[in-house]
Amino acid sequence: MEELFHNLALGFSVAAHPTNLGLCLLGALVGTLIGVLPGIGPTATIAMLLPITFGLPPVGALIMLAGIYYGAMYGGSTTAILVNIPGEAASVVTTLDGFQMAKQGRAGAALAIAALGSFFAGCVATVVVAALGKPLTSVALQFGPAEYFSLMVLGMVFAVVLAKGSVPKAITMILVGLILSMVGTDIETGQTRMTFGIIELSDGIGFVGLAMGVFGFSEIMRNLEVAEQRELVQKKVTGLMPTRKDIRDATPAVIRGTLLGSLLGILPGGGTILSAFGSYTLEKKIAKDPSRFGKGAIEGVAGPESANNAASQTSFIPLLTLGIPPNAVMALMVGAMTIHGIVPGPQVMTKQPDLFWGLVASMWLGNLMLVIINLPLVGLWVRLLRVPYRLLFPMILVFCCIGIYTLNNTPFDVVMTGLFGLLGYWFIKHDLEPAPMLLGFVLGPLMEENLRRAMLLARGDATVFLTRPISAGLIALSAILLIVAVLPMIRGKRDEVFVE
Amino acid sequence: MKKLLLALGAALLATVPAAAQSDYPTRPITVIVPFAAGGPTDTVTRIVGEHMSRTLGQQLVVENVVGAGGTTASTRAMRATPDGYTIITGHMGTHAASVGLYPKLAYDPRKDFEPIGLIAGTPILILAKKDFPAKDLKEFIAYVKANGSKLNEAHAGVGSVSFTTCLLLNHLLGVKPTLIPFTGTGPSMNALVAGQVDYMCDQIVNAVPQVQAGTIKAYAVATPQRNPALPDVPTTVEAGLPDYQTSAWNALFAPKGTPKPILDKLSAALDKALSDETVRKRLLDLGSDIPEGKARGQEALAAHVKAEIDKWTPIIKAAGIEAK
Repeated sequence: MEELFHNLALGFSVAAHPTNLGLCLLGALVGTLIGVLPGIGPTATIAMLLPITFGLPPVGALIMLAGIYYGAMYGGSTTAILVNIPGEAASVVTTLDGFQMAKQGRAGAALAIAALGSFFAGCVATVVVAALGKPLTSVALQFGPAEYFSLMVLGMVFAVVLAKGSVPKAITMILVGLILSMVGTDIETGQTRMTFGIIELSDGIGFVGLAMGVFGFSEIMRNLEVAEQRELVQKKVTGLMPTRKDIRDATPAVIRGTLLGSLLGILPGGGTILSAFGSYTLEKKIAKDPSRFGKGAIEGVAGPESANNAASQTSFIPLLTLGIPPNAVMALMVGAMTIHGIVPGPQVMTKQPDLFWGLVASMWLGNLMLVIINLPLVGLWVRLLRVPYRLLFPMILVFCCIGIYTLNNTPFDVVMTGLFGLLGYWFIKHDLEPAPMLLGFVLGPLMEENLRRAMLLARGDATVFLTRPISAGLIALSAILLIVAVLPMIRGKRDEVFVE
Repeated sequence: MKKLLLALGAALLATVPAAAQSDYPTRPITVIVPFAAGGPTDTVTRIVGEHMSRTLGQQLVVENVVGAGGTTASTRAMRATPDGYTIITGHMGTHAASVGLYPKLAYDPRKDFEPIGLIAGTPILILAKKDFPAKDLKEFIAYVKANGSKLNEAHAGVGSVSFTTCLLLNHLLGVKPTLIPFTGTGPSMNALVAGQVDYMCDQIVNAVPQVQAGTIKAYAVATPQRNPALPDVPTTVEAGLPDYQTSAWNALFAPKGTPKPILDKLSAALDKALSDETVRKRLLDLGSDIPEGKARGQEALAAHVKAEIDKWTPIIKAAGIEAK
């Protein structure tokens, strides 16, 4: 314990150095601003800004990049709430209630609660990284392909619960998501499948293009159809800050989301996304009146936002303790470290304690700065909503297209987004919800790959999912949740939890 | 009239490059990197690119174009205007193994590109999980031969460096382990550290910290000389598998038809970067081998590409792996 304080003191002495403090602020600011541009998520932002860090000392460079990461993650939520465009997978859930709140004129409250919840989650996650980083790593290593597959099964069950409307429609949408996720290259044979000979599809459909199309573009089309209503919404904008009731409602959700996010974040791969979806499911499940969800329930913003922030922070654990990047952003951080002559690995903690603890301490400072930057900005963002829609929507479209183009520097992605926009509009007209589809799309590849790995390792013995304890536990949990979801349907009753 | 205009246009076009060549470069040069930012190819390109920018007096701007094992980016580079303002970092996969892997490959690395020069190679290590029951490469070979199909080999995806280089190893040993595919070197390394798979081949830069920390074992490095980053790991020559020689090389190419004076300027700038002490130190710290003397330059790269294609194509065909 004493050692922990000693280490944290070292970390803060590094992070609070004026240069590093400045870089942390700059990173968080730049990250927020770029993250707010729809489509430019944390990965693209860091990739673009990587060269800027060349001239900096390594610790400062990493602190700045980490700042960009949280900033961009947070910026992604801002667009999810304001214009229904999730910047990255984890903020898909935020659109569900966040955008509804914005429509009711409560965008300010949604943004503020997202910032405060994220800050709380960030504080807790910093302590988790500092105190439990090492032991949690060994837990993450227990997760083999079989365990991941079972975890993804649980994720799919969450997706059913996300649905606002009918369960069969939700299941259909998950399946659509799974099918879309199968476009690309077969992991085992390297053969392309369902690409129709289009070389750009050989690595699959991009998440950002799909999400922007079915959420953002289709929302714009629908808004243009009912322009008068949109103007009404804009006039309703009320208080910028959450009310006392909002805070009372949100607090328990923030705490639960933080715990869930801290745990799931350490799992390489889909941890951040699963934590947001998981937290939403949990909040909806334990709410006294689940019917409020999807119509602007503040818990539906507070829980997932806290969860994804906690998870994005604990996702540094595998990188810092093992030197293995768990996701694309972390892979970029590894690249940044190697460019600066640091080879990340299990010994970074002992060999370069100033770097390790400086980065941990800067996480907390970065989160503090995000709150300082974002609370005053809430007013500005909300005012943006008052811009007449005929001026706002072309801007959104142009920024979206720029964002999508910069992902791979190809116009193909922009065209695809347009097509998904049309598909999304068709979904709206038929009351088909895109959120379960996106969860299926994001988790699909992880599920398939791990299923095939697990089966290869077990030489085709499917019982492996039940004989490994962690995997069996997850499968059992999924089965229970599914039965709870399906039984009332069989009885012909409306299930208040899953259907409203 | 139309003909006259065309002739005039052609004459104009013919004079423009000549003028442009002497004061090349007058604007930033785009270097396409066919892999994600932060990966080994990207890192190596950025390190030499930064030095080359200073020599050439214009910025080398890295553009990461990912997809289809780097062949998307290579196809785009092939189709770029050959004026020296678009070049590409090709590597073992995009400019050699791709020929065997993709029968419908849109380009021929030997014919559609002008070589500029090799940048650096990353040696390949034979790696195994921490509790693999072999203390040196001889025991490893014996054990793998005895247990063949019972063992699990991890790789970072069909067509990746770890995939192709391990095909060669399995080919030399005459074994067919179960191949467990991962998406990228991060997840495959994670599986090896966790002991979920038995062995794999990977670039030294990814493995050094794990080997030093004792979380995995390294049996040999597939180069003629030991690597300063891991001085205790023997070479395959010393350890008894001299035929296993492979390195994930990276090199600069320009689209076919780029004028020779421009290519020479780029080659000279690359040569200067590879002689610079700071650049060398950064590359060596990553475990890279830097080509020296005759191994540098345009002719050496052209010969290397040809030799590599001849080496990998039969191995890939023999393994029956073919992407569409």
